[in-house]
Amino acid sequence: MNIHEHQARDLLRGFGLPVPEHEVAKTPEEAAAAARRFGGTVVVKAQVHAGGRGKAGGVKLARDPDEARRVAERILDLEIKGLPVRKLLVAPAADIAHELYAGITLDRRAQRSVLMLSAEGGIDIEEVARQAPEKIVRGHLDPVRGLEPYEARRLAFRVLPEPKQALGLSRLLLLLARAYTALDASLAEINPMVVTKSGELLALDAKINLEDNGLDRHPDLEALRDLDAEDPRERRAREKGLTYIQLDGDVACVVNGAGLAMATMDLIQHYGGRPANFLDIGGSSNPEKVTTALEIIQADANVRAILFNIFGGITRCDDVARGILSVIEKNPPRLPIVVRLIGTNDAEARRLLQGTPLATAVSMDEVVQKAIAAAKTGARA
Amino acid sequence: MSILIDRNTRVVVQGITGRDGAFHTGQMIEYGTQVVAGVTPGKGGLEVHGVPVFDTVEAAVERTGADASIIYVPPLGAADAICEAVAAGIRFVVCITEGIPVQDMLRVLPFVKEKGARLVGPNCPGLIVPGQAKMGILPGSIVTPGPVGVVSRSGTLTYEVVYQLTTAGIGQSACIGIGGDPLIGTRFLDVLELFEGDPQTEAVILIGEIGGTDEEEAAAFVKAKMHKPVVSFIAGRTAPPGRRMGHAGAIVSGGSGTAADKVAALQAAGVRVAVTPAGIVDELRAVWSAKGAR
Repeated sequence: MNIHEHQARDLLRGFGLPVPEHEVAKTPEEAAAAARRFGGTVVVKAQVHAGGRGKAGGVKLARDPDEARRVAERILDLEIKGLPVRKLLVAPAADIAHELYAGITLDRRAQRSVLMLSAEGGIDIEEVARQAPEKIVRGHLDPVRGLEPYEARRLAFRVLPEPKQALGLSRLLLLLARAYTALDASLAEINPMVVTKSGELLALDAKINLEDNGLDRHPDLEALRDLDAEDPRERRAREKGLTYIQLDGDVACVVNGAGLAMATMDLIQHYGGRPANFLDIGGSSNPEKVTTALEIIQADANVRAILFNIFGGITRCDDVARGILSVIEKNPPRLPIVVRLIGTNDAEARRLLQGTPLATAVSMDEVVQKAIAAAKTGARA
Repeated sequence: MSILIDRNTRVVVQGITGRDGAFHTGQMIEYGTQVVAGVTPGKGGLEVHGVPVFDTVEAAVERTGADASIIYVPPLGAADAICEAVAAGIRFVVCITEGIPVQDMLRVLPFVKEKGARLVGPNCPGLIVPGQAKMGILPGSIVTPGPVGVVSRSGTLTYEVVYQLTTAGIGQSACIGIGGDPLIGTRFLDVLELFEGDPQTEAVILIGEIGGTDEEEAAAFVKAKMHKPVVSFIAGRTAPPGRRMGHAGAIVSGGSGTAADKVAALQAAGVRVAVTPAGIVDELRAVWSAKGAR
């Protein structure tokens, strides 16, 4: 789950990191009021779930409340990577001498979390990673003991030669690692971590991604989810345990398992069709998931045909068949549906679907080709 | 010969009294697997499909001589279940559970290694050795014994490919789903090594998907160590790129995780990559006719 910068700043502040105070503004007037309260120059930052905000014009300095209002107005009009800006963060501007990068994430290959630190932080850190990877130093977190203090010092002294600053930085790295682990984060990143002209260390930005599987342990963090930033259909699917991503084609697909769902989308394109969505009903199905899936798909006006590609394992084909039947018995489908159910309890599923108006298919290639044909001719089942 | 399990493997099912655990215990027994014990803390003394249930893995091992465990425990208890199994001396553990927090797996994997055990999964369909035994949820009806080893990160896509092989008259030496999570106990290259050393296996099918760099690692292994032919399929060629957040993921992996990158790495290692699942059978036949083996 992605959370906004202002939320990540609040969380990191709670772990003792030196994050300057901020306010959240939803209108230019609120931004001006915040600037007045802080006094002096402020930074106004778009709060969207996308990287590259600075380069997109979503981060600006303002010297006074009037300028803050004008800047806020412009940023609120922006779309950054397709996402409308609904909220702004306003914070006092810092007197920056030096920008560092600090980030912790999973190193899949090493099967450890890794802390990365660079003296060349700021908006071009990915460029640094590509052009001069030696300028990023790395250390792994011990899986049981976490980040060791000596490891934090080793890394800090490699990027900040001044002893007092390096020791200060190493303490902040320990706090960042503690936050990363305690929050079940998949990413905890401060870019930039700055040294001010007076030699103080400040976390001027914060990015935290929370691992979805860890959220059950942190019901309080679930409240940070930005429901406005999520497509309403994708949200409804998530709440029912489905994974749905809307695409712009006309052949909708309901599949169990992410790999098979992607392969089904690939096959639709391979045969000249266009998938309307990615939809994974997951394992351990119950009929209700299928009901929700059909409702979400039928709400998409672009859809001209629906295919089911279910390979039963932990999902039982008879559960899926019951789900389909419970929907079409109440509301006869206005779109052609082609069903392919195979694997666990498929004989029972076939028996259930006998005598219904649903088209069936035996192979994956067949179900895809039949659905594409149905979408093209506009045939109604 | 087989890899990892055979008809003599004595299996304990952790989470045997749950809906999935109970159902798949029945399916495993039906396939011929020796399920000798189940474990659900607090439910010792019950029986599921005639299998005795114990409160702890330790008791199950003492009383039944179980030497492999399969786990159907819910996500927040599953990491502990893995640790319980290896602490009780089990050396082969399959974890089906989906949704285990990464921070839990970070702690578990070194413990599994320290105990000299092997873990398959989590978030995987398990494995089946056709004609001998299955530990997992793969439908037994779609496999048939033969010379092809199948390894995959996916669940249902594995079934699809195996089904197409069986329909085409090509049997399998073993089918293993290693799981789709970022942290898993057994990786592609571990399974490739097992297949390379298994006399029954003559060719290997590797089913990958977008994300991570496991396929690239597998390609490097194939190039350096494998003599048996490998055919691959990568799912997600047409998946729209997600909105990427932060920089750390890209910096750490050094790879983009796209299907194109993976296909290129595999092809450079001499692996034939099929464009559709059905194409895997054609590529396999092409490999064999080129070798003159069949």
